[in-house]
Order: sequence, then C-alpha cells, then structure tokens
Amino acid sequence: MNIICCLKQVPDTEAQIKVASDAKSIVTDDIKWVMNPYDEYGVEEGLRLKEKFGGEVTVVGLGPKRVTESIRTALAMGADKGMLIMDDALEGSDSLAVAKALAAAIKGLEYDLVFSGQRGVDDDMGVVGANLAEFLGIPHFSVIDKVEVSEDGKSVKVNRPIEGQTLVIESNLPALVTAQKGLNEPRYASLPGIMKAKKKPLEEKTLSDLGLDAAEFGEGARKVKIIELTPPPAREAGKIVEGETPQEKAAELAKLLHEEAKII
Amino acid sequence: MTGFQEYFSETHNMVRQTVRKFVEREIKPFVDEWEEQGEFPRELYLKAGKAGILGIGYPEAYGGSGGDIFVKIASSEELMRCGSAGVVASLGSLDISIPPILSLGTHEQKSLLVPPVLKGDKISALAVTEPNAGSDVANIRTRAVRKDDHYVVNGSKMFVTSGARANQLTCAVRTGGEGFQGISFLVIESNIPGYSVSEKFRKMGWWASDTAQIFFDECKVPVENLLGQEGQGFYGIMQNFQNERLQLSVMANMTAQMALEESLRYSREREAFGRPLSGFQVTRHKLADMATLVEASKEFVYRVAAKIDAGINQVKEISMAKNFACTVSDKVTYDAVQIHGGFGYMREYLVERLYRDNRILSIGGGTQEIMKEIISKYILE
Repeated sequence: MNIICCLKQVPDTEAQIKVASDAKSIVTDDIKWVMNPYDEYGVEEGLRLKEKFGGEVTVVGLGPKRVTESIRTALAMGADKGMLIMDDALEGSDSLAVAKALAAAIKGLEYDLVFSGQRGVDDDMGVVGANLAEFLGIPHFSVIDKVEVSEDGKSVKVNRPIEGQTLVIESNLPALVTAQKGLNEPRYASLPGIMKAKKKPLEEKTLSDLGLDAAEFGEGARKVKIIELTPPPAREAGKIVEGETPQEKAAELAKLLHEEAKII
Repeated sequence: MTGFQEYFSETHNMVRQTVRKFVEREIKPFVDEWEEQGEFPRELYLKAGKAGILGIGYPEAYGGSGGDIFVKIASSEELMRCGSAGVVASLGSLDISIPPILSLGTHEQKSLLVPPVLKGDKISALAVTEPNAGSDVANIRTRAVRKDDHYVVNGSKMFVTSGARANQLTCAVRTGGEGFQGISFLVIESNIPGYSVSEKFRKMGWWASDTAQIFFDECKVPVENLLGQEGQGFYGIMQNFQNERLQLSVMANMTAQMALEESLRYSREREAFGRPLSGFQVTRHKLADMATLVEASKEFVYRVAAKIDAGINQVKEISMAKNFACTVSDKVTYDAVQIHGGFGYMREYLVERLYRDNRILSIGGGTQEIMKEIISKYILE
C-alpha cells in the first residue's frame, strides 16, 4: 500500500503572531516553524498503515527551503521519501494554486491513499484537501478521526465526527482523507530516526519540473484575496454578578446572559 | 556569513523539536501538580525512554540514541523548559550514574546494566555523598568488604537524587584503606536484603524530584558489580564530575534564560504609574544586564562543551563555566523576582520556582568553593 502524506509548515502554535505593516501578512522574523499538527496526524496514520500493509510513505511538501526540516521530521518518524515543491513563483499562492501544484506532483506517483490535515493551523482555510482530491479525480473524506482499510487493501471505511454523532463512510481506493485531531497520537521523531532521515531521498521540484505554468501561481493568480488581517480584540475584564441573595444573583446573571451576552 | 561555526545544526534542531513536543505533551500540562505532590509518575521514565530521549548521548550498542554533546545540550535545554528542574533532575539522574558504568565497566556489565535504564524500565541514581562527607569525597566511610564471591556493604548515602525510587545505584564505597586510593564503584540493586530508604526529603527547591538517604545493612553485592578495579572509584568520580558540571551549567543557563524571558514578558504587560514597567529606564537597564549575562554564560558553556567534545581537557574551564553560570543564574533569578514584585513571591509565577530551584546548582556537582579550589590549583601551580 503506497501512501502520500501532504505537509504544510506553519508557525509553532506557541509563537507570538504579529500582523506585519502591510496588514495582509504576519511578521515571520522570530517564528519557529513546525509541521502543521493536522498533517502530523496524517503522517502517523500513513505510517501505521504502512506497518500493517507494507509499501511506502511519501511526504509531499510545498513552500520555501525551510520546509525541508519538517519533511525530514516526517522522514525521521519513518516515512520513506520526501518531495518539496519549491519555486519563487509560488510565493503568495492561494489554496487552489497549492492544491494544483500538489496534484501535479502526486499524479506522477503511485498511491492508494492520500492524507492531508483537515486544515492548516495558520490560515484555517481547510480546502486544500478537497481541491487536491478534485484535481486528482478521486473521492475525498474530510475531517476524519478513524481510518480502517479493508484486509485486501482495496477499500476504506472512515469516521467523521458530527455534532456528537459519527458518520461512517466507505469508499474504494484510491481516496483522499483529511485528518482530524483524535485520529491517532503521533510518534516522536527519535534521534536514530533523525540520523536515518538524512540518508533518505528528498527531491526538490520547481513548477516547470512539474510541467506547470508559473503564471497560474503566486500573488497575482489568487482567486481568494486577503483584504486585511487584524489581531483578535484584547480580552475585556470579567464581570462580577451583584446581588444580596442567590436568587437575586441568578436573576441578574440570566438578565446579563440574555441582554448583554445575548446567548439565551 | 562565513568563518564561524554554529554549535547547533539541523539535526540538533530536529531533536530539540522532538523534546519540545514531548515536554509540551507529557510534562507541562501536569508540572504544577507534580511540584505540589513532590513527585512525578513513574511512567514518565518509560515514556521518555520510548521516545528515545533518555538514550540521547549514549551508544546505540547499549540501547542509546547516539548523538554528540550538543544533541545532549539541546535535549537538556528543552527539558528544562518544562519549568521544573526537579523533574529534569530525577528524570536525568541516569546522566550522572550511567557514565561511570560506561567508562569503567566491562562489555557484559554495560550490556546488563545500561539498556534497562535507557528504556526507562529501571531508575538509576548516583550515590557518592554521605552524611559526613560531601565535598570531602576522599573521606567516605561506606565500607564494602570482599567475602568469597560478593562484597558485604555497610553504611549510608545522603542526598541521592531519585534515591526514593532508584532500582540501582552507582555507589562509591571504601574497599581499601584511608584516602582516595581506597575508593571503588559498585552497582548496588535496591531489591537486595539490608537495603533501605529514608522518607523523601522536603527541600527548598526541586520539589518534583525524590531525594532520599539510603542505608546499607550487611548488603550482599556480587563481585560482578564492581566497576573497573578496586581503588578506581575516585578516578571514576572525578571523571564523571566534568560531565555533571556541564549539565549543571546548562541547567543554570536555562534557569536564567527562562527568568529573563518571564521578566521581559511581565515588564511589557505590567503597568505602574501609567506606563508599562519596560518604559522605565531602571527596568530596561536591569533587563539589559540580565540579557548580557545570560548571553555571555551560554556562549562560554557552549565553547567549553565544544572543547570537551573534541577531547580537550577542560577541568579548569568547566569549573569556571559552572561557577560563572551559577553566579549569573543567582543574579538573574533574584532580579526576575524583583521585577515581578509581590507576584514574583507567589507560587503561581514561574520566577518564584526558578528562584528556589536555582539555589542547589551552586552546591550540587561540586560547590562554588570546590570549583574555586580547582581553578586556583590550575592557575597557581
């Protein structure tokens, strides 16, 4: 069973995010970059399936050179091969363009399952997986927290949590799954794994290597435009409910929830 | 950028990320609770063993993960970020008790004694200090008398980090006459008759680590557990100190680093007289001094570490580095509490713990005064 895991590099969730002076991007100077946590669930699931069925796990990333480190981390976890789509013309691309580039890279590979995170924790767009499946012409299942591949390796049964219920869906392979939290607990990249990862193949591809036209990528080709980024409003001070008796306090609380918070 | 060598490469950064993730997931969410309880769960050793973190810096032949001295430093720095040096000290008690086995032991001893510890199955501790012999190592009194195929051990060991839970001790004992020539290293397992442990000590800092006193009453220890030859113990202790002092220097630097970071954040947030603390020159200059000291100490320790890794004798320099790092962390944790004011005295604030945990660093692994003795011998004689 051959598996592709797509990988995005995002700012560490602990990083302090500051909006840049153009109000459309963030200051990246002091940011530590890590593998998107949702993509990490995808990598882990790919590795578990490989351990069960054999085959190879290929990690495909897109972005600047620094993304190599995250791909190496996935290789250190146990993936077999890596590919980085790297091209100056990709700078500023939207999700659609990213999916198009990933599809072009993946089309040339053999695969039974493709994993991506259900969304990146940076932009929270959550559409690359669906777009990629469309470009590849395969079924896709988003926000999945359980994956079961049939013994013969030809079909897959997945669970999607919905409002306290579970939707169970089956499909033939190949298919694309976007990983949700709870799918698994990703393993740690151990030092011996990190040393081995140095020797694993990691290809770099430009847009022209993939037969793509640079004009369809980058800032100018965006279908989704970012108008403005604003930091979330500062948290306001809490409010202490006043009243002489518990009854009075409860009545006051109900009134505040209804009139001010407008949630009841 | 040319002409200078960074100490940390991509490999080191990847290890750093692994350890950071481990700390975020397995330690940080529970660390305040563990501090108050005075202990962390036994399972943490197994988890750290499984993630390959305990094995960092040790040969793969004995179950280690390999790696140079900077991999070890990167790992220690990230572990310290859990905010509890006590967790780091007990989880890391193998780092002072396993090296003597590796340097003095036979292949059989290493194969038997090292892998279970690096896996986290067994807890290993170092036992040198006694109630009446601390800095004066050559004066230890715990006696091991050879009788047929075993030693009979009588005596007591003090302030043993991980002592309450240790499964095996790398223990300094007297097999010969007076003085340093009479000292040997024995590995003593805790499940033998006559081995007993005191209550955990209640300490100023390092609350989450279990420190205890160990008693030996006619303990029979097989001769196969002798490391090296009889009389090689003192040499083993001294050799081990270089490594322990480096680790303590790294701990001091990280303690100071975190105290600085907390202070920077607090001084931006906290307002007094209508503006943030960071707007007052008195605070700005204090922070500038703190940052300068931390930077200098880190660079010094890295430099000494690089030389140790290259096999250059650094006994004088590591003694200097430890004293320097501890003096810096003394000053920086003091100032960090001062900047935090009354809040810095409260347990909810990390600087309160850093201030307490810091105090042991200039005592353990050789006191400030012993470091100065070593340095003065090198520069005078």
